[in-house]
Amino acid sequence: MSVLAAFRDSERAAPILERIRARNTGPVSLMEFCGGHTVAIFRSGIRSVMPGNVRMLSGPGCPVCVTSNADLDRAAALAKMPNVLLATYGDMLKVPGSKESLAEVKAQGYPVHIVYSTLDALRLAQEHPDKQVVFFAIGFETTAPAAAAAVLQARAQGLSNFSICSVMKLTIPGARALLDMGEVRVHGVIGPGHVSSIIGADAWRFLPEQYGLPVAISGFEPLDLLAAVDALLEMIEGGKPGLSNGYTRIVKAEGNRKAWGAVNAVFERGTATWRGFGEIPESGLLLREEYAAFDADRRFQPEVAASSEHPACRCGEVLRGVVEPPDCEVYGTVCTPDHPLGPCMVSSEGSCAAYFHFHQGAARPH
Amino acid sequence: MKHSHILLAHGSGGSMMHELIREVFLPAFDNPYLRRGNDQAVFDPPAGRIAFTTDSYVVQPLFFPGACIGDLAVHGTINDLAVGGAMPLGLSVGMIIEEGLEVDTLRRVVNAMRDAALTAGVPLVTGDTKVVERGSCDKLFINTSGVGVIRDGVNIDGASARPGDVVLLSGAIGAHGVAVLSERKGMHFATPVRSDSRPLHRLVAAMLDVSTQVHVMRDPTRGGVGTTLNEIAAQSAVGIEIDEAALPISAEVQGACDLLGLDPLFLANEGALLAIVPEQHAAAMLAAMRGREEGREACMIGRVTDSYPGIVRMRTGIGGTRVIPMLTGEVLPRIC
Repeated sequence: MSVLAAFRDSERAAPILERIRARNTGPVSLMEFCGGHTVAIFRSGIRSVMPGNVRMLSGPGCPVCVTSNADLDRAAALAKMPNVLLATYGDMLKVPGSKESLAEVKAQGYPVHIVYSTLDALRLAQEHPDKQVVFFAIGFETTAPAAAAAVLQARAQGLSNFSICSVMKLTIPGARALLDMGEVRVHGVIGPGHVSSIIGADAWRFLPEQYGLPVAISGFEPLDLLAAVDALLEMIEGGKPGLSNGYTRIVKAEGNRKAWGAVNAVFERGTATWRGFGEIPESGLLLREEYAAFDADRRFQPEVAASSEHPACRCGEVLRGVVEPPDCEVYGTVCTPDHPLGPCMVSSEGSCAAYFHFHQGAARPH
Repeated sequence: MKHSHILLAHGSGGSMMHELIREVFLPAFDNPYLRRGNDQAVFDPPAGRIAFTTDSYVVQPLFFPGACIGDLAVHGTINDLAVGGAMPLGLSVGMIIEEGLEVDTLRRVVNAMRDAALTAGVPLVTGDTKVVERGSCDKLFINTSGVGVIRDGVNIDGASARPGDVVLLSGAIGAHGVAVLSERKGMHFATPVRSDSRPLHRLVAAMLDVSTQVHVMRDPTRGGVGTTLNEIAAQSAVGIEIDEAALPISAEVQGACDLLGLDPLFLANEGALLAIVPEQHAAAMLAAMRGREEGREACMIGRVTDSYPGIVRMRTGIGGTRVIPMLTGEVLPRIC
């Protein structure tokens, strides 16, 4: 059996599931902060095998989803500026902004290119010296090192036609904001896998130490997630909240210092606006003054009208874990992946999309 | 050919078009129908019912591991006939060529079509060529249509799945989608994944020899097995439950999917078929399928149920259940 197959094996899953069912914790809510985990949990049917006392909640870890409409509108305005070519991830295109999505901007004839990484955007700039390539950079700590590398490369190569519009965010201030709001009762947290590979497992020690919450860093295979749930239940059962890292094949206690060092060299922390949360201080990655030449906002100063959100969309509450997607009146009826009102229904890591696609009894298109 | 690249005049209907037909198409596709040089191929009406289908091929890039647009255009239309239980009699070929395409590239595609048609034993009996200005199409688009004949007693229909039927799959899934995507993105895996493009009509004949009672048959091309099963569940108003552990997925395809965040259930296949048959015929049919190369990995992946009509569910590897959705949006544009 291959290593990956072993992480999906029902025979190995059975004893972990038995332990989970035998834990004496009473009713608990466990939240995964990472959108990748949300999708993996739905895809592998983990919610369907949990005992009745364990409730799984999805958190604010989908980078497309937490991007505010104001930031989306700014990207659309940048795409419409003369000679600008906007590059971004495919998931961003269909997210409806205040007035229009980037897909609609593209359909109007403005050049919007889908890229798979910041370095693809850098390549676009090298291939189109007559165009100003702007990378609309969303994401958390996982994608930030590639963005930093692109800026460093652009500077080394003296590229004057590459810049980024950074709306990248930091997960820890986001997690703190969610917990400080106190709207949802969470008993344990499944810590993000790839984010932690950059910032390190130890970055999450504040959860047990300051909030009394156990945290289990997990990979993305079914057995990773089952083991993380079991680790959380064990800590809850024993009344000893701590940090468990089950993803040691990728995540070190100290993270990837080189990658994180590059991020901190290029970016500084600043206030960012999160959908559903509003402004969170020190939660955004903004280009440092010495890299201002690569800052699209400073270079082009786009003018953007006041933003607005669809009145029926409850993505903000979904992202805070206050409501589940089917609680939203427009879920699956007016709002579907083909006709989304909000980003959670569009993004491949969005909770509404995961519910729509994988959940039993969800409203279906036919 | 005097020119190394296709010119607009090669589609003009005049002497240069005749040169293109004479020097590129005719030598490759030669058969008695074409040799007559008429505007149509003429057949005597065969016994049985007639099946007629068409498909257009706009794959980008034109060449990818295991096949090219030419193989695909022949196999795809043969398979659309085959999964209706029809044995193909002949195909038409329409080519829309972008001005400036290298003649050598065209020859490679045409030769691949020749080889595919010869191997399948299905002649390309009539054709048409157009050349459009540079920028009006992407190098080469191909349409093929096909006519086939269905033997007596065969009534395959997407609306015929019945509770209690079982779902058979002829082989490993996802290879075509991964092959095209990896070529397009310039990703080269240590073990390259090759397209599964191949004709399925002989496999279908072997299955129908066991029993004509095949209720539904489909080739899960665009949208993959997941989308095709949803179409059948909706058409037949039944539920379908499949077993994740039973799905044949090669380690190479699974690895590529894990790396790229793709789901093999939604990747295109060009050499696999899904059949929904009464349970009493399943064992004999699987044995017949496994007796042919294109069905060597045939297996049963699930069952039809009267619970949850219109929904496809999967029993996951860890024993959970989840819904298999229809593909939404565009995951992989233009792969067939």
